[in-house]
Amino acid sequence: MSDEKKAPDLSRRKFIKNSGYVAGGAIGGGILTSLIGTSVWNGDQKTAPETTTNNADSYNRALMYFRRRKDFEILSAATERIFPEDENGPGAIALGAPYFIDHQLAGGFGNNEKEYTRGPFSEGTDYQGYQSPLKRHEIFSAGIQAMERESQENYGTSFVDLEGEQQDKILQKFQDNKVKMKHVSSAYFFDQLRTATLSGVYADPLYGGNANMDGWRMKEFPGSQMSYIQQIESEEFIDIEPSPLKDHL
Amino acid sequence: MVKTLDKVDVVTVGVGWAGGIIASELGKAGVKVVGLERGENRSTEDFQMVHDEYRYAIRYDLMQDLSKETITFRNNPGETALPMRQFGAFLIGTGVGGAGTHWNGDTWFFSPYDFEIKTMTDKKYGKNKLPKEYLIQDWGITYDELEPYYEKFEKMAGTSGELNPLRPERTRDYPTPPMKSTPMLDRFEKAATNLGLHPFRLPSANISEAYTNPDGQTLNQCQYCGFCEKFGCEYGAKSTPNVTVIPTALKTNNFELRTHANVVGIHHDGKRATGVRYVDVQTGEEFDQPADIVVLTSYTVSNARLLLLSDIGKPYDPNTGTGVIGKNYCYHITPVVTGFFKDKFNASMGAGSLGTTLDDFNNDNFDHSDLDFIHGGSITMKQLGKRPINENAAPKGTPNWGKEFKQKSIEYFNRSIPVTSQGTSLPHRNNYLSLDPTYKDAYGNPLMRLTYDFTEHDHKLHDFISERCAEILHEMGADKVETRDLMEHFDIVPAHNDHITGGVIMGEDPETSALNNYLQMWDMDNVFVIGASAFPHNGGYNPTGTVGALAYRAAEGILKFKEKDGQLVKAKDSSRA
Ligand SMILES: Cc1cc2nc3c(=O)[nH]c(=O)nc-3n(C[C@H](O)[C@H](O)[C@H](O)COP(=O)(O)OP(=O)(O)OC[C@H]3O[C@@H](n4cnc5c(N)ncnc54)[C@H](O)[C@@H]3O)c2cc1C
Ligand code: SF4
Repeated sequence: MSDEKKAPDLSRRKFIKNSGYVAGGAIGGGILTSLIGTSVWNGDQKTAPETTTNNADSYNRALMYFRRRKDFEILSAATERIFPEDENGPGAIALGAPYFIDHQLAGGFGNNEKEYTRGPFSEGTDYQGYQSPLKRHEIFSAGIQAMERESQENYGTSFVDLEGEQQDKILQKFQDNKVKMKHVSSAYFFDQLRTATLSGVYADPLYGGNANMDGWRMKEFPGSQMSYIQQIESEEFIDIEPSPLKDHL
Repeated sequence: MVKTLDKVDVVTVGVGWAGGIIASELGKAGVKVVGLERGENRSTEDFQMVHDEYRYAIRYDLMQDLSKETITFRNNPGETALPMRQFGAFLIGTGVGGAGTHWNGDTWFFSPYDFEIKTMTDKKYGKNKLPKEYLIQDWGITYDELEPYYEKFEKMAGTSGELNPLRPERTRDYPTPPMKSTPMLDRFEKAATNLGLHPFRLPSANISEAYTNPDGQTLNQCQYCGFCEKFGCEYGAKSTPNVTVIPTALKTNNFELRTHANVVGIHHDGKRATGVRYVDVQTGEEFDQPADIVVLTSYTVSNARLLLLSDIGKPYDPNTGTGVIGKNYCYHITPVVTGFFKDKFNASMGAGSLGTTLDDFNNDNFDHSDLDFIHGGSITMKQLGKRPINENAAPKGTPNWGKEFKQKSIEYFNRSIPVTSQGTSLPHRNNYLSLDPTYKDAYGNPLMRLTYDFTEHDHKLHDFISERCAEILHEMGADKVETRDLMEHFDIVPAHNDHITGGVIMGEDPETSALNNYLQMWDMDNVFVIGASAFPHNGGYNPTGTVGALAYRAAEGILKFKEKDGQLVKAKDSSRA
């Protein structure tokens, strides 16, 4: 881990603490933006009209999978540590990644659709891949509970109330496979959480994350362009306003 | 109750490149063909919403439904194999067009050395160049014999490319000129030339200009849209079975395409196949489809599995080294060396096989006398079109999450690019396919069991080729050059390479091969088994050009067999022939 990561970051901590309210809808996209205090990723509001389904106040910002607000807050806080808000632009929460994950857990992703789920089950070697009978949504629920347990045991308080670096320590423990979970390794849970977070940050906004395509803007990825045949040979880097799939419909 | 259908001339199991070529060639010759395909039909129209990284490259929308069927895997015969529950190391396609619908399009032809690898290696380096566990053998065909079929495949596919300076035996031009280049690829070319190497443009199925093939099918010009491999093409600009051989076959009115038809076994009387059994995957109904000739075109796993399930051919036994079905399973060893640059380039623009490549360290193009491996791999820089969920390259030492990760993965998104290789994979005695004793598919049949590990040879080849890739990136002026290590053991999880081969191999001797050089089974004259499953080893190039050439040759063989029953090739002196 870098030194930077260990530096206390009060503004972010405040941000993450407040993030809990996102679930309750108390913080709209605009407020989040001013809270973070930078408008880098917000430069092109024109492309995100009021009615867009990707605004933080849009109707799909409700929970399909998680039943308890607290679980969603823990998930949100963890995603924000994986992909934090910084000088490049918004973090996982502002981009809507936690909603993306919630919605995905309610569907085929959470239910291991198109995956082999028959028994018998045995642990296998390090090279044989995922072998648990648990469904992905069960792993996320169990992982979130385990994060909270770690937090209570080590710091006597909830994961959502920890300092960012304390949250990082717990997440690192998961990644290093040092947390006991039933029927699944904590490293597997962490890996799934990480991939899901990045998917929520960078998938087409149609899935509910990557709000305003700001994930793409940070990476200077133009999204779904129809053709680059006119630009492919260019010596210069070309700035292209990103285009979402809904423009193809 | 199983319903028995009317008999047809030929039934193919699977309708991808191999099945499509058989259907089009036989259909044109007036032969009635039924193509049974477990997946659904699709065409260019299905890809209007295809620029969706999450759906296609993360959730693998176009890949095989593993809930119905997967493989089991173990590293060695001493372990218990467990199911591959999720995709990882390699992907397997499904649906009409097979993996050909969403391939990159690198369209190669194997070298003369590949086809006679045993003879030529022994001759030049002596019989003891490799330990005897490596089961290299000649293919029973030479490059010159296969060349006319490569030509057929390329003309049908409209391949875009230019001649390879290190393959002088090929003089024929490509049907279409090379694709456009990019500043990064130009830099690669210049650096390689400075190093005394021989770069040229990667032969590609992303077609450089509109092209009408000899069957009258038109391919459009590639738009470099950057959503190519793992995606279908919304322009009909990628040469796929769906826009070439399958419509050609349908046009003859001699081809019937039956989708959602999962073949579960081959009927036979010990000497001849009489047809196949399939399940309608939507309704569960079972059907028997009688046929004069059964052609397996169902990719490596299904080709070998259907033979084993149906008790055709002698299963390979690694203990005794006898038997052939399941033998010589191979892979592609894939060095990946990433260059991190100071300046930005348009990394999101690209195409599945937009690249520049070189053959200086492939085949026997360099002297291996002082090296403890043979062969090598093509070395390529490709500009695929980066996509943001998957592409998070950052210099070593960067954590893979958190603030620094975010910073670095964003910084390098448009500043990094890999050089990779398709490293030759040699057969090893312990790497093979067999039926799993425990795990079953949705229809109650045993899964295919893969026993596979990287060999010492793989590690040596990988490290040597990685160093060559790194030299080019340094010469290109990369700020940092980083090599991905080959894991000690093959791991079924991290993506490595999609090319799995062998299991039903061709050759000149029925003792050591399953098929003759028309891909006709030695043990059952009216069964042909087509695909990379026929490769005795996997050479230093992507496989599909060679699969296509072998399919054209097999089609010719099937027509000959229809004229005159029996074995098309005389087996080399062996105890059984
Ligand atoms: C992402 C990706 C990129 C690739 N890129 C390249 C590349 O650049 N260059 C290259 O040379 N190769 C590439 N390949 C490999 C290439 O796609 C294959 O070599 C090629 O498609 C093989 O053609 P095939 O007809 O033998 O098999 P497939 O294309 O796999 O077709 C087999 C068909 O059989 C069907 N089938 C299987 N079992 C049954 C059954 N029991 N009953 C009924 N139907 C069945 C399947 O559904 C499938 O449609 C790539 C592969 C992938 C996955
Ligand atoms: S890169 Fe070219 S061939 Fe590939 S999908 Fe896009 S337009 Fe089609």
